[in-house]
Amino acid sequence: METNLCVAGFGGQGVMTLGKFLADATCNSTDKNVTFFPSYGAEQRGGTANCFVVISDEAIGAPVGDVMDDLIVMNGASLNRFLGSLKSGGRLFVNSSIVTDPITREDITVVRAPVTELALEMGNAKVLNVIMLGVYVGYTEVIAPEIVWDTIQHKLAKKASLLPLNRQAFEKGLELGRSQRA
Amino acid sequence: MARLFMKGCEAIAEAAVRAGCRFFAGYPITPQNEIPEYFARRMPEVGGTFLQGESEVASISMVYGAASAGTRSMTSSSSPGISLKSEGISYCASARIPMVYCNVSRGGPGVGSIQPAQMDYFQATKASGNGGFRMMVFAPSTVQEAVDMTYKAFDYADRDRNPVLILADGVIGTMMEPVVLPEMKSDEEIAAIKESKRKWACVGHPLDYANRSWIQPGQWSTKLQQEENEKAAALYESWEKDIQVEHYRTEDAQVVIASYGISARIARSAVDLLRKEGKKVGMIRPITVSPFPYKAFDALDYGRVKAILDVEMSIPAQFVEDVKTGVKERCPIRTCLCSGGNIMSREKIVNAVNSILEGM
Repeated sequence: METNLCVAGFGGQGVMTLGKFLADATCNSTDKNVTFFPSYGAEQRGGTANCFVVISDEAIGAPVGDVMDDLIVMNGASLNRFLGSLKSGGRLFVNSSIVTDPITREDITVVRAPVTELALEMGNAKVLNVIMLGVYVGYTEVIAPEIVWDTIQHKLAKKASLLPLNRQAFEKGLELGRSQRA
Repeated sequence: MARLFMKGCEAIAEAAVRAGCRFFAGYPITPQNEIPEYFARRMPEVGGTFLQGESEVASISMVYGAASAGTRSMTSSSSPGISLKSEGISYCASARIPMVYCNVSRGGPGVGSIQPAQMDYFQATKASGNGGFRMMVFAPSTVQEAVDMTYKAFDYADRDRNPVLILADGVIGTMMEPVVLPEMKSDEEIAAIKESKRKWACVGHPLDYANRSWIQPGQWSTKLQQEENEKAAALYESWEKDIQVEHYRTEDAQVVIASYGISARIARSAVDLLRKEGKKVGMIRPITVSPFPYKAFDALDYGRVKAILDVEMSIPAQFVEDVKTGVKERCPIRTCLCSGGNIMSREKIVNAVNSILEGM
């Protein structure tokens, strides 16, 4: 069993952090193989950023697969760029707050989550990636949510004041993801 | 030992620290920046020295100096930066200075692209500077291998009093993967390593010491220069015993992939996929690309092997020249290539193998 995931968005939307939390959690708490591979331009904000996470029971070849099982897009440009790489029957997770274009493929499952709006409602636009991570984990159950939360807690240890907000964001995402499961 | 999830560059730097490296000098260039960045943070914690030189030439020269004083020393860069360091690398080889360096290679030639490539093969294995010196060159295909090779590289460098190169690439350098780190050498072990170099290194000798150190990157006498070259040639010959190569599912293979480093990792997944379809495919993967495992190709049964498929991220192909030397025209050699910063794809390799099998 191998899962190829691409996470794509604007620089600054936390797509690398989203991918890293997921991959790190997999490394820490399972015996699966996992890779994380970043791809970005020179910009710190704006521009495009995307990363690839591969989780597998077997040895991993390319850390950037040819075909994606799952795709998370945080903005419209990423949808256009990566939609073609999603396999037939693949799962697309869309930040429906800003991706308003119609999804042109009917052979995939689409999970919509207005993560930018939800983050703003929580009072901090930056947690949109943690909400989306929750949506992804809640929907796919690729690894146990508690494991992911342990990793987030560990990574944010030096910023403990942010933990309650992130917990709230992650829970919100999980709830949203679970509610969309068939 | 617990698995840690580490970026290739950072894992390489930590492996060096654990091997007793206590001096690093470098200069920024993508995609190896996380190596100097990591050392900058880590060296003060272990009583080592990190220096950002004013250039690549300066930083390799600092390594030449620190290693001459007996300290395990390292530098790193990426393709065009390695070219700039080539003068200092040649000086280290000439003066028989042990040091380790890492090339997190990217697209080329020239400034090329900042994305991953394997376009420095000739430079790494044939001519890393003037004068025809050679080095042991290790080509990791996973972050774990990069760690293990870096750790061991310092032992080879000290044993031979010669530079050792870790030939990584932008994928290995920037990807994150679980690793198990090697044991940290104690301060006592590190001091003992330094002391073992007293015979030649500038470790601080009394004025009346008979063998006062004299670090020379060349000889004024042609006779002495030839003697030094002969000694070096004998050293290079002795590396036959250090060759490392992996034969992967070659026993009954009709098509054998020859690949190294990051490409070999992707080729391995292509082999696995093709095997599931019942296709007889295997791979020979040099782990040391210098010394090169030419004899690995003698182990193949050329009555059965219909073709060798060279897989590398370089156009024009370079690694293929060593493969040709190993194969000695006993079967055709095809290539499956990409370059410019594009990463090799499993599908591309699968298609290349299938087209060979269909033509048989």
